[in-house]
Amino acid sequence: MYKILRDPGHMELALVAGIDPQSEGLARARSLGIPASHEGIAAVLADPEIKIVFDATSAKAHVRHARLLREAGKIAVDLTPAARGPYVVPPVNLGQHLDEPNVNLITCGGQATIPLVYAVSRVTPVRYAEIVSTVASKSAGPGTRQNIDEFTFTTARGLEALGGAQQGKAIIILNPAEPPILMRNTIYVIPAGDFDKDAVVASVEQMVADVQRYVPGYRLKSAPVFDRRSTPWGERVVIAMLLEVTGAGDFLPPYSGNLDIMTAAARQVGELFARHLLGVREEVVA
Amino acid sequence: MKAPRVTDTTLRDGSHAMKHQFTREQVQQIVQALDAAGVPVIEVTHGDGLAGSSIQYGFSGTSEMDLIEAARQSATRAKIAALLIPGIGTRQELREAAQRGVQVVRIATHCTEADISEQHFGLAKELGLETVGFLMMAHMRPPEFLAEQAALMESYGADCVYIVDSAGAMLPDDARARVRALKERLSIQVGFHAHNNLGLAIGNTLAAIEAGADQVDGCLRGLGAGAGNAPTELIAAVLDRLGINPGLDVFALMDAAEYVVAPIMPYQPIPDRDAITIGYAGVYSTFLLHARHIAAEFGLDPRELLVELGRRQAVAGQEDWILDVAVDLAQAKQRVA
Repeated sequence: MYKILRDPGHMELALVAGIDPQSEGLARARSLGIPASHEGIAAVLADPEIKIVFDATSAKAHVRHARLLREAGKIAVDLTPAARGPYVVPPVNLGQHLDEPNVNLITCGGQATIPLVYAVSRVTPVRYAEIVSTVASKSAGPGTRQNIDEFTFTTARGLEALGGAQQGKAIIILNPAEPPILMRNTIYVIPAGDFDKDAVVASVEQMVADVQRYVPGYRLKSAPVFDRRSTPWGERVVIAMLLEVTGAGDFLPPYSGNLDIMTAAARQVGELFARHLLGVREEVVA
Repeated sequence: MKAPRVTDTTLRDGSHAMKHQFTREQVQQIVQALDAAGVPVIEVTHGDGLAGSSIQYGFSGTSEMDLIEAARQSATRAKIAALLIPGIGTRQELREAAQRGVQVVRIATHCTEADISEQHFGLAKELGLETVGFLMMAHMRPPEFLAEQAALMESYGADCVYIVDSAGAMLPDDARARVRALKERLSIQVGFHAHNNLGLAIGNTLAAIEAGADQVDGCLRGLGAGAGNAPTELIAAVLDRLGINPGLDVFALMDAAEYVVAPIMPYQPIPDRDAITIGYAGVYSTFLLHARHIAAEFGLDPRELLVELGRRQAVAGQEDWILDVAVDLAQAKQRVA
């Protein structure tokens, strides 16, 4: 909500819907003059002017919503792990899915790390990619905590399907340090064969710049590190990238980079759909 | 004092020191020796638990599922246990481990994050497994806080919750107070897992038993992460002298340590310079070998890395932070130079 208000682009925030009449979020929306409803999906379906819907409910609810929204001719941007539509990471593949009725944003760890795995796989084939997402305990909500396996499965699948890795693996760690840590991601990539280090570095730098266009707090702590390690494929050069994501602080605190990157990706996806619907021809990031 | 149940974790915590290269034959020999000596529970898994095989922690030489199966086939009385750290391993691996012979699952979270383990305890109970909760890095929080986290695990279906001194940072009073707090709060069993980084593994284990611990961990010859764990053969000898031997054959365990484990160990874990630093700085014991490797790459003293990791409040499994800190320290030095 805050990201669209700050930078609406070609969108107009028409409605914020929830199911709890006492919801603080709905009250906050109303106080900002945005129409809000506690009638849930019914309120969204009742308004024919709504073309794009961001669904941040739950995987279970989205399965039902996905069908209803498709029947109503609305585009769904799915922030849950339901994965009814294709996975989308804006700088990797959004351009391919602008005619889909439903796209899925994988996980916060996936949005952060898949662009960098893709940045390697577009210059050299990738045998294996592994990511470790470390997030502040305070920014991991009950949904993540009760379904932590979903993060692991979904992110690993995203590393393969979009990152281009033959095999993907994801690890998530919650760290309760005070003050809370920024979202950290370590991305390890093992190329399938010999590769050109300079080409990898250049491709990674380009990708970081592309993501920064919609997530300003996205940065590598150093140039990619090349380290020889023993692997199931013999001793190989492992590319390690240390990524930090600082939240924009629109509403959530800066340590919630994990949540920020999801909402920033969602806004970016919504904007590109909006331009596509309106027939606006501009340079798009994807 | 009553006799505690002893779980041997040579084949899990020792996996760190072995760089996760245990073979099927080694597992068979160690399980046979422990089983014959009366050890009732033997843990076999990658050091970082099910699915720990990774760049982050080191790849397994032999699949842990094959090792679990070999262990189960080699045991006549002992139960086989596996470690599962939610965020690394998932229910998928837990199902497979149960199919391959695991009877006890030990589900470990950082000591503030017990609520990420609910779905794993739920599945474990569905599969008919005995369940143990592990509150890792327990030196970082006070006893009452840990008791609340342990109560969550109890509510999810834990049969026992351990205070886990992953950093080997506790003093005997720390161990005693934490075990006592759990004993008072829970109606299930309480356990204690020690590391010897400050030379206190046996002392802390004894303090935990005095405070009422029902279960304790050891590993043969102290083959575990950091300076290792409380040696199983030493626990057996001490419990026997205390008159609370739970049925362990002290001499058979000494022989197992001497003739089965010592010959295959890459080094003897002891509280040396870097291991003492781990206990002193309160960081995860498994950082030891990773910190040495990365310190050498960056021309740093491993102790600088370890102390900084402690200052940043690194938790279990954050091996990637070692590289992160090394990059920061190296950049800071470059600026000075």
